[in-house]
Amino acid sequence: MKRRLVGLAVIFMLMGGSHVYAMAVDAVTLQDPALEARARTIMQGLRCLVCQNQSIEISDAELAGDLRRIVRERVAAGDTDDQVRAHLVARYGDWVLMRPPFKLSTLALWAGPPALLALGGLGLWVGQRRRVRTAPPPLTEAEKAQLQEINTRN
Amino acid sequence: MRWQSFLPLIVVSFLAAVLFVGLELDPKIVPSALIDKPVPQFDLPPLPGKEPGLIAADLARGGISLVNVWASWCGPCRIEHPQLMEIAKIEGVRMIGLNYKDDPAKALAFLQQLGDPYESVGTDRTGRVAIEWGVYGVPETFLIDGHGRIVLKHVGPLRPEDIPEKILPAIQAASQ
Repeated sequence: MKRRLVGLAVIFMLMGGSHVYAMAVDAVTLQDPALEARARTIMQGLRCLVCQNQSIEISDAELAGDLRRIVRERVAAGDTDDQVRAHLVARYGDWVLMRPPFKLSTLALWAGPPALLALGGLGLWVGQRRRVRTAPPPLTEAEKAQLQEINTRN
Repeated sequence: MRWQSFLPLIVVSFLAAVLFVGLELDPKIVPSALIDKPVPQFDLPPLPGKEPGLIAADLARGGISLVNVWASWCGPCRIEHPQLMEIAKIEGVRMIGLNYKDDPAKALAFLQQLGDPYESVGTDRTGRVAIEWGVYGVPETFLIDGHGRIVLKHVGPLRPEDIPEKILPAIQAASQ
């Protein structure tokens, strides 16, 4: 059993280690590697509007390429990461962020799963308690004798 | 029967209602961030022979405008074109084209073949101005009120039923 667990752990480690990231290739990138790295990080957090579940960093869609160019422009112009993101959010809404911000309209999104989990846990706990409380009373002497009789008959 | 016996039924009905509503929603449609905002600043050259081009101020001169993002290479644009011709007949509505990443010669040929509903057309060769508008595909259509504010965005081709169901009511609301 223990050996199997270790084997599983090794498999998971290998899966994590061999993670290969896809990356879109652009003809024009930023000269300064530090700025380019910053731009790449920002791109990872921006959703491609055409493919929807890819970031613009890895998307091959034409629009994603256009948006990457804008991110690089803003970074080169000296914008902070937040300013670059705000620039695109102003045009495409929170939707363009891979990680939606926590606010009133996204309350159900963020708080829903933990709330459901808590509710389920509560239900389980209450059910368990009730089962213990309503455990049947022990057998009376008469019932025990009856049970004995049934058992010997068979 | 205690009320608790109905609990699973209540939970399942609630879930079914939520999921049923979800079925009707199109996840491909991204809500516009620009509703009730003024149109972005831009200055676009015309299609040759269809001067002048288009600037943001053209949309704030009073009166309602419909800005249609289109391209000759876009299949669904052909499908919605008859609807644009129809809307162009409505009095008091300026139909304006934003030609997206297109070859001007092909764009002109498209209009010659299918009819030209546009009062003016701006050509966005790089797609940069379209990004200012939050465009993420063609066709897309915006309704602009008399103050140059975006009041409605339609993503994808306009279907015939969209005119009475969506466009006309929005025009009516915007002209008040």
